[in-house]
Amino acid sequence: MMSSSILNDVPSSWYLILSALLFTLGVVGFLIKRTLITVFMSIELMLNAVNLSFVTFAHEWHAVKGQIFVFFVMMVAAAEAAVGLAIIISIFRARATLNVDQIDLMKL
Amino acid sequence: MSLYLYLIPLLPFAGFLINGFLGSRLPKALVSTVALGFPLAALAVVVRAALLAWPGSSSVALPYVENFGGSWINAGALHIDFTFALDQLTLIMLLVITGVGFLIHLYSVGYMAHEESYWRYFAYLNLFLFFMTVLVLAENYLLMFVGWEGVGLASYLLIGFYLDKKSAADAGRKAFVVNRIGDFGFLLGMFLLLSQFGSLSFAKIGDALALNPAQHGGMLTAIALCLVVGAAGKSAQIPLYIWLPDAMEGPTPVSALIHAATMVTAGVYMISRTHGIFDRSPFALAVVAIIGAATAFFAATVGLVQTDIKRVLAYSTISQLGYMFLGCGVAAYSAAVFHLMTHAFFKALLFLAAGSVIHGLGGEQDLRKMGGLRKKLPVTFWTMTAGVFAIAGFFPFAGFFSKDAILYEAFQHGTFGKSLYFVGLVTALLTSFYMFRLWYLAFFGESRADSHDFESHGAAVHSRSDSKLVLEAEEPHHVHESPWIMLAPLVILAALSVAGGWIGIERFGSFLAPVVGPVVDPTLEPGGKMLDVTLSVIAVAVAILGWFVADLFYRRKNDRPAKLAAALPGAYNLLVKKYAIDELYNATIVRPILLGSRYILGGLGEGAIIRGSAWLLAGVTTLLGEWLRRWQSGNLRSYSAWLAAGAAVLLLFAASYYLGSNGMDIHINWAGR
Repeated sequence: MMSSSILNDVPSSWYLILSALLFTLGVVGFLIKRTLITVFMSIELMLNAVNLSFVTFAHEWHAVKGQIFVFFVMMVAAAEAAVGLAIIISIFRARATLNVDQIDLMKL
Repeated sequence: MSLYLYLIPLLPFAGFLINGFLGSRLPKALVSTVALGFPLAALAVVVRAALLAWPGSSSVALPYVENFGGSWINAGALHIDFTFALDQLTLIMLLVITGVGFLIHLYSVGYMAHEESYWRYFAYLNLFLFFMTVLVLAENYLLMFVGWEGVGLASYLLIGFYLDKKSAADAGRKAFVVNRIGDFGFLLGMFLLLSQFGSLSFAKIGDALALNPAQHGGMLTAIALCLVVGAAGKSAQIPLYIWLPDAMEGPTPVSALIHAATMVTAGVYMISRTHGIFDRSPFALAVVAIIGAATAFFAATVGLVQTDIKRVLAYSTISQLGYMFLGCGVAAYSAAVFHLMTHAFFKALLFLAAGSVIHGLGGEQDLRKMGGLRKKLPVTFWTMTAGVFAIAGFFPFAGFFSKDAILYEAFQHGTFGKSLYFVGLVTALLTSFYMFRLWYLAFFGESRADSHDFESHGAAVHSRSDSKLVLEAEEPHHVHESPWIMLAPLVILAALSVAGGWIGIERFGSFLAPVVGPVVDPTLEPGGKMLDVTLSVIAVAVAILGWFVADLFYRRKNDRPAKLAAALPGAYNLLVKKYAIDELYNATIVRPILLGSRYILGGLGEGAIIRGSAWLLAGVTTLLGEWLRRWQSGNLRSYSAWLAAGAAVLLLFAASYYLGSNGMDIHINWAGR
């Protein structure tokens, strides 16, 4: 197989390390950034880091389940992006800010 | 053949329920019907049982035991049943309680007619009958204790019947608290009985004692002394008699029923009922005899100078109960129960007659304001006279026979008994004196009530011209004889006070013998008959002496009492102050307990320990909360940081676990192939 030779040239551990790096980036971004949009993007980053590790393990163990999980995650992430962005827009309209430190009241 | 014993308590209880819950809405006539009907029905059941069980008619053999409701307490080896038993002693008690009780109910209808909470009074009175009959019917100590506590409750409720009178409420509380001390002794006695015999049934304990004829003293003395504490509390003996004089705050029929005829004799009943234990403990018996003799004498001396008509009778009751204790203490239980019965007749009569006097005078209880009532209250006078002669021990009145029986038995009880006999004899002298004093002060001489009222009203001053007319107009309450409903019980009780003793101690004793053992029968003793007659003559002579002295002092107004009081100021003041026993108890027991409660229990216990620990707990919680509160900052990023840190820690744990255990082979290509 064509693809398998390329894939096999890169060890699985590299994918996992990349996944961990991406996830850490996402966490750090989530924690230190104040803009709601960036926080939101950090969440996407973490989700995709997890997706990467899912497919890596699926490939490693020749189990298709991991890939199915990834589809689920992507689907949920898409839905979440739609709802999340709508919420962000309505918050901005209400508060005129997207600074998470200022959005700490449940009440409007 | 069933005797329906359970109906005897339940009928008055039904009366209590009806009057207690509905009485305030029922018409007065209906309340009276209920209050009289149910005790009368109970009396009918008792009389039927008595006829069936009477020696001769062999329909029912005594003791007759009736179990209802099966088992009450069933815990391990402990079995206590709802069992009623009828024997000769219980039969006598039941006849007295329901018979005299019904008469007093009848009297109360007249006496309490003007009271607002008429229904409440009768509800309590029926409740009392319920508990009292349970007390005497019970076949085990615990069921008896239920009745014992119940009559205490009824007594408390009735002493404090006049709710708006502070002295009445205090007296009720005092009676209750003092009785608690006695009940404590009773309870301890029951615990000891349980540990010794493993049962509380009278029959089973009796059997266990019969199996062990050698068992004497020791534990039995301890049990008997505990029971004596209980009996002394209920029967108002030294040192727990102090509640009874105060109990006179209740309505007079209550004093007659509860604090003279029935409840206060429960201690005597209890000792007679448990005589099997006392017979094995000469020491406990001696204690009972000494308590009885001391109380009889002591209370009689206080009775000499009391001016409240009911207080005189109250001290006389304590004194007569002392006689009964004396009888129990010389193992003459039949004589004690005989005196209990005759005393129920004549003391109920005296109280009811005193109530009639008080009723006639519109609430006046002070002997100093009475006088000359012989003509105005003739029926009351004659019935009371029967009571006075009975209690003073004149032949052939009831009190003569029973008191003579006790004194005779005491005299036969060795040197110890002879000294007790002399105390009893002196007490008889005092009894005769104070009863005739009361008789003279209330019924003879000039009326002292009018002049007092007259002076205090000052009617003569502002209406000199027609003072007599004004006097009559100003007198709010004409002295009047009581209605027939009050006089009928007086007449019946007077008849019983005259004739109640004619049955004689010999026949009474042989009737009770199956329960309490035989009495010393004078006719069977060598020289006993002669001695008996001699002692009787001495007793009557002493009673006449008491009458004579009272006659000298009180028949006409003279200054002899005042002179005697002036000659012996110390003794007189001591008696007027009732030996200052209340003050002594206040100083030595009540005040230390109050102070201890306030400062040690209240200050240290309640303040420092209970409140302190509560504050400490609250303080620590508050501080912890303050600290934990900071986590809940509302800052999204700090939450997520904690979340991330938590996840990292979990990951670290998991990793260290897998790496440490090597339990799982992880197939990951770390270096390519």
